[in-house]
Amino acid sequence: MAEDAAAFTVSEIERFLIDEAALLDEWRLAEWLELMAPDARYLVPPLDAPDADHQDTLFLIADDRRTLASRVRQLLSGNTWAENPRSRTRRLITNVRLLAVENGEARITANFAVWRFQHEQADVYIGRYVHKLVRGPSGPLFRERRAVLDLETLRPHGKLSFIL
Amino acid sequence: MDMTEISDLIVDDRARGIFRVNRRVFTDPEILELERREVFDRSWLYAGHESEIANPGDYVTRKVGGRPLILVRDGSGRTRAFLNTCPHRGNIVCREPAGSTRLLRCFYHAWAFDLTGRLAAVPGDESYTPAFDREALGLKPVPRFESYRGMMFVSYDPAIESLASYLGNAREYLDLVLEFGGADLEIARGSQAYCMKANWKLLVENSMDGYHAIPTHQRFFNQYLADIGMDTSSWAGPNRIQGIGLALGGGHAVIENRARALPITGTAKGELDRIRERLVERVGPERAHRIADFSRNLFIFPNLILISSWHTIRTFYPLTPDYMEIDAWANLPRGESSELRQRRFENFISFLGPAGFGTPDDVYALEGCQRGFAAWREVSWSDISRGMGCLQPSSQDELQMRAFWRRWHALMQELHGPTDCSDRPTKPPNRANHDGRGCSGVHGQ
Repeated sequence: MAEDAAAFTVSEIERFLIDEAALLDEWRLAEWLELMAPDARYLVPPLDAPDADHQDTLFLIADDRRTLASRVRQLLSGNTWAENPRSRTRRLITNVRLLAVENGEARITANFAVWRFQHEQADVYIGRYVHKLVRGPSGPLFRERRAVLDLETLRPHGKLSFIL
Repeated sequence: MDMTEISDLIVDDRARGIFRVNRRVFTDPEILELERREVFDRSWLYAGHESEIANPGDYVTRKVGGRPLILVRDGSGRTRAFLNTCPHRGNIVCREPAGSTRLLRCFYHAWAFDLTGRLAAVPGDESYTPAFDREALGLKPVPRFESYRGMMFVSYDPAIESLASYLGNAREYLDLVLEFGGADLEIARGSQAYCMKANWKLLVENSMDGYHAIPTHQRFFNQYLADIGMDTSSWAGPNRIQGIGLALGGGHAVIENRARALPITGTAKGELDRIRERLVERVGPERAHRIADFSRNLFIFPNLILISSWHTIRTFYPLTPDYMEIDAWANLPRGESSELRQRRFENFISFLGPAGFGTPDDVYALEGCQRGFAAWREVSWSDISRGMGCLQPSSQDELQMRAFWRRWHALMQELHGPTDCSDRPTKPPNRANHDGRGCSGVHGQ
């Protein structure tokens, strides 16, 4: 049965990531949050230590589920001026790989390019996802969602105010 | 641009309580050129922290005041700052952001320098004439290099006063900020390199602007803190804590508030209480109170910010009138438990940095100001008079910003002596009542 953890396939993961990207691009953030397992983390490492551990390094983002839920509420509230009016984003997700499945947890990676437009400026955020997925009642869930940017600095981007 | 024009850029009428800055200062490339020469090249500039180059041979490279620098610890343990350009033909000598080495070698022609900067190897040096002066061809040290409590500063002005003298009255506050949480500090791994498409002086203002906190950052103070179960009443509403703003002389300034609720005051209350107890044992109750029970945003002229609540060090430089590069670090007590360290990281990034719940809205606000300045010919003045005429302006007022502007304005007019950065009228005011609205800044200490 598909409920079996070992049954993660690249094509299922690819479909999951593409659907996830659509939720983010369409700003359906409350639905997107439901893709997070109760113990989920959303991590964006610092650009000068992309492989570091958030426990001993200052990350750009190291949200637990509660902080992430707050992030989503803030983005939807209208009080997050940096995203009000919200920027337009378009995500291209490619090179999906299933690295390992262990104890019901799939470690996967994919490349991303997120184009972002606001006030007639275009910024591109390039990097790779390194995710840990587990099986939820109706499909994969994130246990760890890690977006590793290839940028050396956030210049000229200046900010990362949307969910990468 | 002549001196009359520069003198007209700021209206500082202390008797009437008028302070206005002409928005041309944010848009004019000529002003920026003058700032590079008269402000940045005549100041002490924060370059890095000694903990970043803890061991002999450790180095970091970074741009400071527009110049590429190498900060390195030599074999004897002495810290040094060199201009990162080969004395031979110019190439950047050290190309890694950080590392450890025994020799600094330029790959272009393989000239190599020891850690004291001395030219140690020149391939094929028999082809040079006797006039070839190896001793003069070492790495060039920055004109001035001094440290204060682990913080390394450089200046490109050989004649500048000592760093301690330059810091002046700000030293007292720098000590308080550096001792907040523990005196032995180190820069944590993971730095923040970002930018704003805005004039650099807007970030000076913004970094010590209590007035903007609630409107701009309501999502942090009203929403996020509530979402994680914190009491937000110390920040907003009738019982909010109001602090003070101070001009410290030399353009330095500080806003100081009684410590308020932050993520870490909830998650690590026990540990913070124990740190405070140890502080009382070490320095006595009075000093411990001064250090630990207040939060401070300290500005060291012209471009250094320390914010104690988040243990951050931040510097920034203009590339163009409407673009600045920003670097920020977490400067944390050494030897803490990994649990407390994690709580400090959470606390830091909950607000600060390009993805925090605070900074992106500042980026957006300052970039919005800059877009607005396109109308500077029609809407020519920014008002920075809040709290003028108060005996002690509050942290919601703007004295601390006026302090910066007054020093900036003096230097831009090549007035290099001391500047009166306070609100004190040059002649007595003709108003009897001098403590009108909003003068609630004085707090018990």
